[in-house]
Amino acid sequence: MASSSFNPRHLAGLFAQAAPAVISIGLLLVAWELYVNHSGIKPTVLPAPSRVLEQAMLNRDALLDNAIPTIRATLIGFACSLSAAFALSMLVDFFQPLRRALFPVFIVSQTLPLVAIAPLVVLWFGFGLTPKIMLVALVTFFPMLVALVQGYEATEVEIGQMLRSMGAGRWRVFWLARLPSALPYFFAGLRISITYAVVGAIFAEYAGAAKGLGIYMLNAKNNFRPDLVLAAVGVSAALTLVLFGLTVLLQHLAMPWERAAGRQTAGKGPHA
Amino acid sequence: MSRLEVRHVRKAFGGLEVLADISLRVDAGEFVSILGPSGAGKSTLFQLLTGAEHGEGEMFFDGAPLDDHGRHFAFMPQRDALMPWRRILDNTTLGLEVQGVHRKAARSRVAPLFAEFGLAGFERHFPAQLSGGMRQRAALLRTVVQERDMLLLDEPFGALDALTRAAMQRWLEQMWRHYRWTALLITHDVREAVFLSDRIYVLSARPARVVREIKVPLPRPRDPAGARQSGILEAEILDILLNLQPSKGHDHD
Repeated sequence: MASSSFNPRHLAGLFAQAAPAVISIGLLLVAWELYVNHSGIKPTVLPAPSRVLEQAMLNRDALLDNAIPTIRATLIGFACSLSAAFALSMLVDFFQPLRRALFPVFIVSQTLPLVAIAPLVVLWFGFGLTPKIMLVALVTFFPMLVALVQGYEATEVEIGQMLRSMGAGRWRVFWLARLPSALPYFFAGLRISITYAVVGAIFAEYAGAAKGLGIYMLNAKNNFRPDLVLAAVGVSAALTLVLFGLTVLLQHLAMPWERAAGRQTAGKGPHA
Repeated sequence: MSRLEVRHVRKAFGGLEVLADISLRVDAGEFVSILGPSGAGKSTLFQLLTGAEHGEGEMFFDGAPLDDHGRHFAFMPQRDALMPWRRILDNTTLGLEVQGVHRKAARSRVAPLFAEFGLAGFERHFPAQLSGGMRQRAALLRTVVQERDMLLLDEPFGALDALTRAAMQRWLEQMWRHYRWTALLITHDVREAVFLSDRIYVLSARPARVVREIKVPLPRPRDPAGARQSGILEAEILDILLNLQPSKGHDHD
């Protein structure tokens, strides 16, 4: 069943969907290239995309070397944040008063300016992996928690009533109905959070790190190499896109009924 | 012999009186309908029966006070309440799974019934791929395979279009003749109540009380040949419903 979604027509549809984005980005790059070539602006101020690409290729070992710690911080931080959000969302779902007690704290945590917090966290926890994980978790935890809690709430009332009439306890209702009902909300939250996660990791590295895309950007800027800053930006954008794509793929695999809803079997079989 | 007996049941939510005084009984193998205006609190009665809410008054099952609610009733809610993420086969085994029946055993118990319920070939489909009528049949299948003493059907066809609803009513009447479930149906559709029931309790508007108990003496199968007799009965019931005063002083019987 799952394999049927990867037919050629489906792929063609995907390309058709992506085409406008590819074209608009392409046009933007062409305009940028033309502007740099004709205005005579110095490459230390604004490098052309071709130069950024050329320098990126020349420095690909350094870029890759610095991308790995960023990826590691992003993934570990995001995994921690997800586990914590899931555990807490369950706790809040089972003990409603906790929600009123904890949510204000989390909302405040979302108002903290990252620029101010990142150097402090680095000051407290050093230049290692820990402060990066913490900052990634800080920016992604709350959106994931809210997504999950809202998702549980979205459970159809009738399904809950029916399950209880069958003799299901709270755990069964949670497991059989509330958790699956939350999946669309969970994936919506995941798509948003994963983009925050990369930015969070880079911010943390910017505030102080031995290695990473953030510190690489900072060093390149201090050496008057905007081409390398932009090359690192390109790498982080590509990284975000890949992670985003993974969440979409994951949703696709985890929610086969969403696809099924699209292909109605109208006219097939006996309809009442 | 009466299986379910409800005596002088009252229920209020805060200051809002929903059920004023409900007394009714359902005999073994009997199909009984509760007919009343929308918002009369008919569903509240089901919540009391399934134990989701608690009210005043007495409820008996097979002569014993009703305490372990879940054991006696299989409940079919207003909307089909099929889980979109479960295939039809797994939706219909849900009640058995909650009872602790192994998934495989539950499946083999339900699978042979798919043909009779007009669902053969759709075991592996998701609910979103089925028509409204098929979804309701799947929901009914999920309800009856629990093999409880009695079915509680809460406006099961309320969300269907008129044609599908008529088809489903005929199908249900036919199924009932085969299985003789003890069933209590909530509806605000006079025609549906007359077509399906052995007896009908007519409820007033909120706060609900039983204003009339009506026997339906029509022969089964309830085919279109009996349409004239049922038409007379329908008109009579409609008269009762339309003459109901929402005022509190209205006396019943």
